[in-house]
Amino acid sequence: MVEALYKLFGGEGQFLYLLAIVASILAIVLPLLIGVAFAVYFDRKIWAAVQMRRGPNVVGPFGLLQSFADGLKLFLKETIIPAGANKAIFLMAPMITFVVALLSWAVIPFEAHMAIADINVGILYLLAISSLGVYGIIMSGWASNSRYAFLGGLRSAAQMVSYEVSIGFVLVCVLMHVGSLNMTDIVNSQSGAIWHWNFIPFFPVFIIFFISALAETNRPPFDLPEAEAELVAGYQVEYSSMAFALFFLGEYANILLMSTVMSILFFGGWNAPLPGLEFVPGFIWLLLKTAFFFWLFAMVKAFVPRYRYDQLMRLGWKVFLPLSLFLVVFYAAVMVYGGFLPTHG
Amino acid sequence: MINLADMAFYLFAFITVASGFLVISARNPVHSVLWLILAFFSAAGLFVLMGAEFLAMLLVIVYVGAVAVLFLFVVMMLDINFTEFKQGALQYLPMGGLIGLILLAELVTLGSAWAFGDVVGQNITAPIPAASDVHNTQALGQLLYTHYIFIFQTAGLILLVAMIGAIVLTHRQRPGVKRQSIADQAARRPEDAYKLVDVKVGSGVALPTKKG
Repeated sequence: MVEALYKLFGGEGQFLYLLAIVASILAIVLPLLIGVAFAVYFDRKIWAAVQMRRGPNVVGPFGLLQSFADGLKLFLKETIIPAGANKAIFLMAPMITFVVALLSWAVIPFEAHMAIADINVGILYLLAISSLGVYGIIMSGWASNSRYAFLGGLRSAAQMVSYEVSIGFVLVCVLMHVGSLNMTDIVNSQSGAIWHWNFIPFFPVFIIFFISALAETNRPPFDLPEAEAELVAGYQVEYSSMAFALFFLGEYANILLMSTVMSILFFGGWNAPLPGLEFVPGFIWLLLKTAFFFWLFAMVKAFVPRYRYDQLMRLGWKVFLPLSLFLVVFYAAVMVYGGFLPTHG
Repeated sequence: MINLADMAFYLFAFITVASGFLVISARNPVHSVLWLILAFFSAAGLFVLMGAEFLAMLLVIVYVGAVAVLFLFVVMMLDINFTEFKQGALQYLPMGGLIGLILLAELVTLGSAWAFGDVVGQNITAPIPAASDVHNTQALGQLLYTHYIFIFQTAGLILLVAMIGAIVLTHRQRPGVKRQSIADQAARRPEDAYKLVDVKVGSGVALPTKKG
């Protein structure tokens, strides 16, 4: 993507190359942020529909501009810093959450040759960056100097670290099949219609990944870090104005990221589901798949009651960890003895 | 014009050294851990510049994503007055400097005298592909899981034994702890928990004496 833009500029030199990088970053971040605004709107609409309410319907046609109005309102509010807070870390925490949520998108291929960085450790990069997301939360919890925030931060950190383990094993299963850590290779290995996609052989793994993704993004039924009934709002309790908005944007950007990663790993990325539908551009297919998974996330939020914290930890360590470990061994055995190993590498 | 890679190197190197210094000089222990995390992270950047992208990602996943989170947990939970703790830290400076110098000298001697022994050529069983042919992920995988699988597995087993040992040594059975029994909770039905009673007007209702 960067190379294509660089060629488009028609010049030579490092400055133009840097400009091409910045341009391609903007080309992903701006649509992403607008996408986040609409994702929030759809989340609320779906939730409302399940509960037979109307949801946001005042600002703009069908309430479509509600998120922008909310954003504007937050922008105009005062940033309150608690007297006992550690000011620097308190302000840095939401920025880290937001930046980390955007960083992961660098390796997401929207179509063939449409990623900012098509690096050959793409999946590891995703894992590395998503493990950084903990810091925004744990720092905000500590720096707020409040019991609620601290408890929320600790809960969230433990939760995210626990579920990263099973996500790691899920990725190992898929990577054994693909034989590469590159995101584009992962999609290319499933090229073709729906029966070529990874979710058919890897269905149990996909279920584990979906549930772990819910926990990793602090979504209901695993939203204990912010459990409003007990912790008020957890680590966000002291935040107002844009600092809060950054947390909010980061959270939804992460949910969209997880939906996209699921489409890439298990649902063929930009591939069309049926032969004959290839005339639709690939990134539209990816967008549709992402929207489908976001819809699933929203439905889970509407349907499922919140877990108790000890149940959450038990599910992560005593159910998913042994299960995913077993699945790694199982798939490895099937691949070795069934002759399904990837040919290259 | 300056090369971008060079600029990135000096940036990462400066951040690594500066944050390493701040780890020991920061007053607040939580700040120390956060500087340590920054040091890890920029060291990962240096790995990327060397072309060791797999090691870089592992450094971030393992150290930044897991080990440093535990550090941060512990430091945040402990309420130790570290300023008091650090009062006389300066008197150890000469000793620390000396140890640092010795380590540096050892590294320099090791690096400058690096050579393959005579036996290495005979021990190679498989041809080593050129560096441009394999990614370093593949190269590491071949080394660890193909050529040295038994040594690698043994190392893993030793770590497992150490982990189990640490748990066994610190684990105590405390009396009087109420535990959750998930099987009981999941097996509980509405019929076990409550009973609907039709109360006739004018007559009271007695609590059931036994369960159910």
